[in-house]
Amino acid sequence: MLKDKPLVIGGKKIKSRMLLGTGKFRNKKDVTESIKASGTEIVTVALRRIDLKRHEDNILEYIPENINLLINTSGARDAKEVLRIARIAKEAGYGNWVKVEVVNDSKYLLPDNRETVRATGLLSEEGFVALPYMYPDLYTARELVKAGAAAVMPLGSCIGSGRGVKAKEFIKILINEIDLPVIVDAGLGLPSHAAESMELGADAVLVNTAVANARNPKSIAKAFALAVKAGRLAYLGGVPGEKDSASASSPLTGFLFEDKND
Amino acid sequence: MINLPELKAILADDKRKTIENLAVKAGAITRQYFGRTISLYAPIYLSNYCDNECIYCGFSKKLKIKRKKLSPAEIEKEMAQVAKTGIQNILLLSGGSRTQTPPVYIENAVKTAGKYFPSISLEVYSLEEGEYRQLYRSGVDGITIYQETYNKKRYNELHPSGKKSDYNYRYLTPERIAKSGIRYISLGVLLGLHDVAEDIYELFKHLELLERDFPGVEYSLSFPRILPVPGTKFKPGSVSDRTLVKLICLARILFPRVGINLSTRESGRLRDHTLGLGVTRISAASKTSVGGYAGIGREDTQFDVRDRRPVREVVARLKERGFDPVFTDWRRIKNGP
Repeated sequence: MLKDKPLVIGGKKIKSRMLLGTGKFRNKKDVTESIKASGTEIVTVALRRIDLKRHEDNILEYIPENINLLINTSGARDAKEVLRIARIAKEAGYGNWVKVEVVNDSKYLLPDNRETVRATGLLSEEGFVALPYMYPDLYTARELVKAGAAAVMPLGSCIGSGRGVKAKEFIKILINEIDLPVIVDAGLGLPSHAAESMELGADAVLVNTAVANARNPKSIAKAFALAVKAGRLAYLGGVPGEKDSASASSPLTGFLFEDKND
Repeated sequence: MINLPELKAILADDKRKTIENLAVKAGAITRQYFGRTISLYAPIYLSNYCDNECIYCGFSKKLKIKRKKLSPAEIEKEMAQVAKTGIQNILLLSGGSRTQTPPVYIENAVKTAGKYFPSISLEVYSLEEGEYRQLYRSGVDGITIYQETYNKKRYNELHPSGKKSDYNYRYLTPERIAKSGIRYISLGVLLGLHDVAEDIYELFKHLELLERDFPGVEYSLSFPRILPVPGTKFKPGSVSDRTLVKLICLARILFPRVGINLSTRESGRLRDHTLGLGVTRISAASKTSVGGYAGIGREDTQFDVRDRRPVREVVARLKERGFDPVFTDWRRIKNGP
């Protein structure tokens, strides 16, 4: 088995390359079981869904203690709202890891890259570990590096759509050019989508809807975890990749090595 | 978008297969975008004073009903009572009287609500953009505003006097709300006031325009069926359960990510069965009279509640049917700059 370097986020070594979201589950028991089955070490929770008062229905009761909480800023429409949400989360004792989510389009739920960069800068200045969810654009990713992001989280396709890694070409560019961990987030509907992301060279993936909406969330969580491992192994092993046509070893310059006199 | 003849054809077709096909499609979209979660809210009626005479409404100024507006102490008492049930999203309602319940009265109620609830919405008379902005900064997250009917002629017949008789002012209200910064806008028509297909078609067109011009707002739709009001001659058109279910399904198919609300004016049975089809938000254990929760006065209700189950029963039923009840879907942050 090829040896892998651990994923490092905000100075923490993370073994599992699968992150799990906790929205949309039919009951909270499934959340716990899916976390365990996936072996994930990082779980996202929307601050808006954390209940301060009720205990039986408080999502935090269902997340094992050894798991790193990544609070997402769902509902924020600009950078200042992200900061306000992050501060509340920190004060409430949910740590300083924040998945920056700035959405200003309720129809497609696409992230607003410009505000995401601003938010990441503001959070970094205040000592948060910011993991921005973004539309995979190279210029934005570079700005996010400068703004102090701990990773970049490009979307595979529209959130909740399950359409897979439609933005593949552009995610690949981020993987090539950005030194931060690249975590493919949103749109991964099948374990094979997760494997595909990892084969590309993504450092990790984040999955939610596909697990939450599954008939058996625990099984699908496990299936995703295995797909992530398979994709990572394929990447490390150097998958040959697709070719347009079969090719001889040196069809264009082979003549230079033929033992023939003109 | 669907066109009006297509919409009419679907609403006229009550075949089991047609409705089932719509439901399967709508159910799948709902699961995809909302999973198996249902948000809960409760209405709190602040006042039933009204300067309008909407002929279908139990609060019309023409009606001789017992009027009441909650005092600040009563508002506090009423909210404390609702908070005890576990409900955290509330909708504050008031009759359309600027004199009895001016914006500052509403604002004070919002500030009190902020002590008890993380998310506050309003259903009050139409306001100016600046007034909405002020309410937003005081802690309002959402506004419910129905056009009632989109047919101008019918609208004028139904709203003979008062500020509400101005159709265009009403129609442009969601724009003023969106410009003020408020996050959520809930739109609707009162089913039974006019031709259902025409009204729903116009409602969908209105939503489509708003989504284009104000994409940052989260929208939701409601489909309240208007009931006859005691003491009036008003006879609403009847809207069947099948029609209502088709409307919910169509809304979900055409607007995959919008919220769909269903109030306790519908029966528990209908509410339970429409959950998986498109509905994302339901009220629970609602009282539709002023001071109804804390037992302040015995005033007339705006409409009769059909689903009277207490919150814990609604929650138990949701869980039994494989849904996760969501009590909190927003955490109060400072609104505005």
